[in-house]
Amino acid sequence: MAITRDEVAHLARLARLDLDEAELAQMAGQLDAILGAVARVSEVASDDVPPTSHAVPLTNVLREDVVAPCLTPEQALSGAPAAQDGRFRVPRILGEEP
Amino acid sequence: MGDLTRLTAADLGALIASGEASAVEVTQAHLDRIGKVDESIHAYLHVDTEGALTAAAAVDSARKIGSPLGPLAGVPLALKDVLTQEGIPTTCGSKILEGWRPPYDSTVVRKLRAAGVVILGKANMDEFAMGSSTENSAYGPTRNPWDLDRIPGGSSGGSSAAVAAFTAPLAIGTDTGGSIRQPAAVCGIVGAKPTYGGVSRYGLVAFSSSLDQAGPFARTVLDAALLHEAIAGHDPLDSTSIDAAVPPVVAAARQADVRGMRIGVVRELSGEGYQSGVETRFAEAVELLNSLGAEVVEVSCPNFDYAMAAYYLIAPSEASSNLARFDAMRYGLRVGDDGTAGVEEVMSRTRAAGFGPEVKRRIILGTYALSAGYYDAYYGSAQKVRTLISRDFDAAFAQVDVLVSPTAPTTAFPIGDKVDDPLAMYLQDLCTIPSNLAGNCAMSVPVGLAPEDGLPVGLQIMAPAMADDRLYRVGAALETALRERTGQLLIEGAPPL
Amino acid sequence: MTALVPYEQALEAYEPVIGLEVHVELGTNSKMFCGCPTEFGAEPNTQVCPTCLGLPGSLPVANKKAIESIIRLGLALNCSIAPWCRFARKNYFYPDMPKDFQISQYDEPICVEGYLDVEVEGKTYRIGIERVHLEEDTGKSLHVGGATGRIHGASHSLVDYNRAGIPLVEVVTKPVPGTGALAPEVAKAYVTELRDICKTLGISDVKMEQGSLRCDANVSIAPRGATEWGTRSETKNVNSLRSVERAVRHEISRQAGVLDAGGRVVQETRHFQEDSGTTVSGRSKETAEDYRYFPEPDLVPLAPSADWIEELRAALPELPTARRRRLQGDWDLTDLDMEALINAGALDSVEETVAAGASAEAARKWWLGEIARRANEDGVEVSALPITPADVAAVVALVDAGSLNDKLARQVIEGVLAGEGTPEQVVASRGLAVVSDTGALGTAVDAAIAANEGIAEKIRGGKVQAVGALVGAVMKETRGQADAATVKALILEKLGVSE
Ligand SMILES: [Mg+2]
Ligand SMILES: [Zn+2]
Repeated sequence: MAITRDEVAHLARLARLDLDEAELAQMAGQLDAILGAVARVSEVASDDVPPTSHAVPLTNVLREDVVAPCLTPEQALSGAPAAQDGRFRVPRILGEEP
Repeated sequence: MGDLTRLTAADLGALIASGEASAVEVTQAHLDRIGKVDESIHAYLHVDTEGALTAAAAVDSARKIGSPLGPLAGVPLALKDVLTQEGIPTTCGSKILEGWRPPYDSTVVRKLRAAGVVILGKANMDEFAMGSSTENSAYGPTRNPWDLDRIPGGSSGGSSAAVAAFTAPLAIGTDTGGSIRQPAAVCGIVGAKPTYGGVSRYGLVAFSSSLDQAGPFARTVLDAALLHEAIAGHDPLDSTSIDAAVPPVVAAARQADVRGMRIGVVRELSGEGYQSGVETRFAEAVELLNSLGAEVVEVSCPNFDYAMAAYYLIAPSEASSNLARFDAMRYGLRVGDDGTAGVEEVMSRTRAAGFGPEVKRRIILGTYALSAGYYDAYYGSAQKVRTLISRDFDAAFAQVDVLVSPTAPTTAFPIGDKVDDPLAMYLQDLCTIPSNLAGNCAMSVPVGLAPEDGLPVGLQIMAPAMADDRLYRVGAALETALRERTGQLLIEGAPPL
Repeated sequence: MTALVPYEQALEAYEPVIGLEVHVELGTNSKMFCGCPTEFGAEPNTQVCPTCLGLPGSLPVANKKAIESIIRLGLALNCSIAPWCRFARKNYFYPDMPKDFQISQYDEPICVEGYLDVEVEGKTYRIGIERVHLEEDTGKSLHVGGATGRIHGASHSLVDYNRAGIPLVEVVTKPVPGTGALAPEVAKAYVTELRDICKTLGISDVKMEQGSLRCDANVSIAPRGATEWGTRSETKNVNSLRSVERAVRHEISRQAGVLDAGGRVVQETRHFQEDSGTTVSGRSKETAEDYRYFPEPDLVPLAPSADWIEELRAALPELPTARRRRLQGDWDLTDLDMEALINAGALDSVEETVAAGASAEAARKWWLGEIARRANEDGVEVSALPITPADVAAVVALVDAGSLNDKLARQVIEGVLAGEGTPEQVVASRGLAVVSDTGALGTAVDAAIAANEGIAEKIRGGKVQAVGALVGAVMKETRGQADAATVKALILEKLGVSE
């Protein structure tokens, strides 16, 4: 099943990547090739094999509910492309919160 | 005293501690060499001359008032540009972070400072650690000191090249699928990926959270062990950090003895696709280990054949999420904010302009693999393969103490050779990926030059989680034996720059 | 827009199904995954660190108190606690989300399969709890340049990340059918009960007005007798208990209007408008957002041991239901009396008044009567009025001692509510006290008899019920400060008549 340009465009939208037509076309081809190579994971991934999400056998790593020092507002905003009134200034939000 | 840049970190540390050389002198020697040769290597993205000299001076003052100095106090180091250092530009090799100066230190940096290590600057890398050649850096490629037309490996190519070019005796890299070991191999130096959870990831800009691990580069196994010990240990700021004593890596490097050890050669990590000179040098090294008193057996890990496929699903999936935060809102690049464009458009334009092609490719791939409807077939299956690979390791380590293989299937390839063929590039990580997937530790040590191209070949040693000391024991034994044979370290024979 | 169908009429034709998603901000000292404080109202971006700001390289570490809080809530809601579960990343881009993913839980919530019983009009409704999970809150945006501070029409937004990373518990009910016309009341009762449980557990200050308890109400309707449920809408921003009720009521009327007009209900997010009590359309949910959930690799799994869970269970405080049952028994109240007390939000007040020495009967009478009436007029909770349980107990004591009658007591309460001081101070300043001096009363009685000789004669003649007129005259003379029973007895005595 080949990956189409439209599918890549949908993924690019989800990933907030403004790809041009040439990139979409090239990406579709490359994605196809890569997926063709990686799809073989399903050959051995049978139902009786549990998945591993973490490479360490740890559980319940928790911290006590203790307040630690914060950044100063100057530090917090130091990398901001735009700031105003101690806040991060961002372009207008057109879509609503999911 | 000769050229300070040719000395090992252990020797430099001893000279500084004894007062025979000052840390400032040592640092200045390395800064001078950077000035002389880095133009042709491009290992550094940022050289912090002032900060390095200040840190060195602090070590010298401490010595003068009689404060005890650690073994690496005053020793210079190159830091991969993926770890935060307060106030110092951190780009991850990407345009999207150009100019960003983090307001905090990574735990690795905090520990380096505590050890008195002098950070010379930030080392070049493939953008967000995605690549095996450092050609994916937005700031231009790094060159291999053995042959300037060839890649230094990646993604920690700046770190490996700095150490191989004698512009730093030590470097920190990170290894997600082989990004320390493969550059070490192709540059003819030592590189180790500690056990996952052995070194804190706090302040390491994440590529693939469940795989990333920072580790040492050095020209000797002992130097690597000293650096390993300096940066390892439990960190409450990293939930995946293991709360246990650091394995005795320095003692193991000094022990350098493989007598009585059982060493397994992984059958699946050889054959088609492996350069003949790589296989030759690897076979000779295995023979050498045998002659040093190790018992060598062949071991099969059948699921390693699926490791690369699993890796190229897991790593891009996690990356697609980890890299979402580069959205032009809080730090880094912002493109297209003309006062009328909406936030989604600004995010999309910024990310399109700020990320390079390999990063985009992996973000799209990861987004796909995690999508509803594809998750089980791709990401879910990859996580199962991960289980199978761990089982292969468990079975193998029930029989042997360590496993060995070539580190990379080929020696350093020419710059530009594989940029248009992502799959060919991905094959570089064939041997290194299984240890990342299982969370084990592994190391690359130089074992000679491939006869056909005269370029370095690395041997990979793999050990179980938290048995990092075994890597150093085997690596040091091999290094010692090879040094006895040739009279010098492999890297000392590299062509002068 | 289609016309609304009047609520009663809608209920004749349709059967509603409700579902509620409640977010509760936990009252921990520090945030969910970092050590930043959680205080409300701080200067913008003063309670942030690399982790809650999503800076590159930062990592989360889970707050133990938050985990304990959610397990305790799960136990209070009769849930099973997962022996092993993981956090998951919910991926979506939004400026107030520092990492552009939210650490939440997906298919492995900590608490599952519980229930909460609520009582409405004497009937118990069992609300199934599907899941209770833990996640992190987002930052807050200020929308600038538009007319109303709303997101639409704004030229840009300003983001404060102080709230980002505050632990948030999400409690999701199963669909609740069978509430009929009482759907709005059941919804409100459920949120109220959940709020009281959180308060009792001490896990949150549950202040809806500050957003520490936020509710989304899902409503669908289907024609009576239909075998399938209708399409649901999800109403957001339902930020007071009263709004829960209003929003559900409005959605039922609105959806009935749509269906009656031959339309179909759209699966969508809607926003509740506090001022008009209506909902307006938001984003359509027909094309589901793809959140690409996957296990959070930066956090290791959670595996609460049975011992830990039992330890937390053993330390649970008395929960509201049990407490109500106990108090109802102690106070000897009927179910309806009890429900009235609960609905008036006067349970705590009555309990404290009783603790201050008043009888349960008297305490209930005053809180439900005079005080509840005032609270209702002012549109506030009784606990928000400037009168304390100690004040009410003092009034009751004065009545019991015969110093006040009910009429005077009401005036005292009025004075306390008006800020005139304690009951004793009001009694003194307003000169309110029962005239119990029989000498003075006797003079008033004599005067009344003299002025109403005709009536007095009738009483002497056996028409005892006529005494009311004389009592009234005496009360008027004493400006209400006499005890009516005493006056009556005195009149009859003077007239030589026995009752
Ligand atoms: Mg939620
Ligand atoms: Zn924080």
